[in-house]
Amino acid sequence: MNTIKKKSLGKRIVKFLPLYIMLIPGLAYLILNNYIPMFGLVIAFKKVDYSVGILRSPFVGLKNFTYLFSNNDALRALRNTVLYNIGFIVLGNVISIAIAIFLDSVKSKFLSRSSQVVILIPYLLSTVIVSYIVYAFLNPTTGFMNNSILPLFGIHEKIKWYNVPKYWPFILTFVYLWMSLGYSSILYYSNIIGIDKSYYEAASVDGASIWQQILHITLPGLKNTIITLVLLAVGHICYSDFGLFYQIPQHSGLLYSTTQTIDTFVYRALLELNDVGRSSAAGFLQSILGFVLVLGANLIVSRIDKESALF
Amino acid sequence: MINKSKAFNAIAVAALVIGMLLALIPFWILFVNSFSSEEYLTLHGYSIWPREFSTAAYEYLLNAGSSIGRAYFMSAVISAIGVSASLVMTVLFAYPLSHKELPGRNLFSFLLFFTMLFNGGLVPTYMVYTNILNVKDSLAGMIVPYLLMNAFYVIMVRTYFTSSIPGEVTEAAQIDGATYLSCLIRIVVPMSKPILATVALMTLINYWNNWTNGIYFLQTRTDYYGIQNYLNDVMNKATFLQSHMTGSMLGFKVPNTSVRMAIAVIAVIPLLVAYPFFQKYFVKGITLGSVKG
Repeated sequence: MNTIKKKSLGKRIVKFLPLYIMLIPGLAYLILNNYIPMFGLVIAFKKVDYSVGILRSPFVGLKNFTYLFSNNDALRALRNTVLYNIGFIVLGNVISIAIAIFLDSVKSKFLSRSSQVVILIPYLLSTVIVSYIVYAFLNPTTGFMNNSILPLFGIHEKIKWYNVPKYWPFILTFVYLWMSLGYSSILYYSNIIGIDKSYYEAASVDGASIWQQILHITLPGLKNTIITLVLLAVGHICYSDFGLFYQIPQHSGLLYSTTQTIDTFVYRALLELNDVGRSSAAGFLQSILGFVLVLGANLIVSRIDKESALF
Repeated sequence: MINKSKAFNAIAVAALVIGMLLALIPFWILFVNSFSSEEYLTLHGYSIWPREFSTAAYEYLLNAGSSIGRAYFMSAVISAIGVSASLVMTVLFAYPLSHKELPGRNLFSFLLFFTMLFNGGLVPTYMVYTNILNVKDSLAGMIVPYLLMNAFYVIMVRTYFTSSIPGEVTEAAQIDGATYLSCLIRIVVPMSKPILATVALMTLINYWNNWTNGIYFLQTRTDYYGIQNYLNDVMNKATFLQSHMTGSMLGFKVPNTSVRMAIAVIAVIPLLVAYPFFQKYFVKGITLGSVKG
C-alpha cells in the first residue's frame, strides 16, 4: 500500500515536472528578494564589519537597540509615522466615500465618467514629479503660493515653507490626499455600484431623503469594504510612503521634526550616515511590529466578516 | 442612488467639478510654466496662465539635452525589459498554482502569500543585493530589486486563470497531446488578455515612475539613471545651489526653472498619452484590488 502511494506520488511529480520547472524563476526570486532578507533581520543584533563579511560579524545583543533609543530621533520618527497614518486613514476614507457617493448619484453620466478619468491622473505621477509640482507652489521667492494665492487673502509675507516644520503636517496630508483620493474613490465607487438598486427604489417610494438613503443603504452596503480597508491600513500603521516623506519636503533637514518617518529614518541612517546598527534596529522593529499588527488586524476582520479577511 | 433632489445634484456637480480642477490645476501649472520665459519666471514667479509664451525650454532640451535624452532612453529600456520579464515570471508562477491537483501547490501559494505579510525591510534587502548579488551600479539594480515579481499580481493572474478559463478547454487540448507549456502559450495566455493588460499596465507605471532603486543601487554609474532619477538629481542640485550660493564654483550646471518644468512634463507625457487607452484596465486593476485572491 505504502509503495503504491509512493509510486503514484512519484509518477504524479514526473507528470507535473513541467509545471515545477515553471515555478523555478519565481521561487528563486522570492528566495532572493524576500526570504533571505527576512533571515537577514538578524543584522539588527550584529555589529556589521564589512572586512570579515556580514555572516561572520560578531553578535552584540541588544546594543543596536539601546543605541537606537539613546536619543529621541527614532521615537520621533515612530510618532510621526503613526500620527500621519491616523490622519490619512480618517480623512482619506471619509473624503473618498463622499466622492464615490457623488460619482454614483450625480445625474449627468458624462460628468461622472469624466471625473472618474480625471481624478486618477495624480496617481500616475511619480513622487519626484509631485515634488516638482509642490515646489512650484511653495518655492519662497517664485512659488505660486507666496506670489498668487496668499496675496488674495491679504498676506504679502514671503513664507519660507521649506524651513518651518509646523506647516508640514498640513502640506503632506494635502499632498497625500491629492495623490491617493482618485484611487480610493474609484475603489469605493466600484463597491457602491454593486449595491442592489431596488433598495434605493423602495426607500425612494417610501419618501426617504438622500441623506437617509446614504445612512441606511449606502454606508451599510460599504461596511465590509470600509472595515477591511481601515483595518489593513491600521496593520500598516508603522509603514509610510517613502517617496511622500522623502521627496516632497526636498530632504530639508530643518523639517525632520515633522517629516521624518521610520522609512526615511532607516534610509538616511543606512545610506546617508552609514549607520547600519541604527537603521537595522529600526527596520527590525518595523518589520516585526508590522507583522504582528497585520496578523492582529486580520484576526479582527475575520471575526467581523470572514469573507473580507485576507486569510 | 435615487437622486430626486436638485439641491443634492447641485452639490454633487460642484464637488466633482472642484475635484477635477484640484486634480488638474497643479499639473497644469507645471505645464504652463514650462512654456514661460525664464525672465518672467524669475521676476514674477510661477503663474497659472502662460505669460511671455516661450518654447525656449523645449528648444534647450532638444539641443543640449544629451544627458536628458539618455535618461529618457534608459527609462524606456528599463521599463521595456522590466515589464516583459515581470510578465513572463508572473505568468510562469501563476499557471502552475492554478492547477488544483499539483502536489505541493499549497506550499508554493503560501510561500508567495507570506511575502505580503512579512518582509525584511530595506537594510537586509539592500545587503542581499549589494553584497551577495552585486547589483550595485549595474542595470540589474534598476530592474531586479523589488519590482520584478509582485505577489499581489501573481495572485490576481492565478485567480483569473482558475475562474475565467474553462477547465474543459485545456483538458481537451491535453487529451490531444498538448504539453503544459503549449497549453499555456496557445490557450491560456491568449484567453487572459484583459488581466495581462492590467498587470502589464500596473507594472509599467511602477517601472516608469521608479526612482528608489536608482538612489539605493546606483552610486557612481549615474549614466544608468532613468528620467525620474535624473529629475531627482537636478532638483537636489538646484536646492543645493539655492542654499549654498558658492555652489556655482563647484561647477554645477543646473537647468533653469522652465527647463526643469519641461523635463518633468516630458517625463509624464508617455503615461498621460497612453492613459485614455488603458484607463479601462487601470480601473479594473483597482477594483480587483478590493477582492482578495
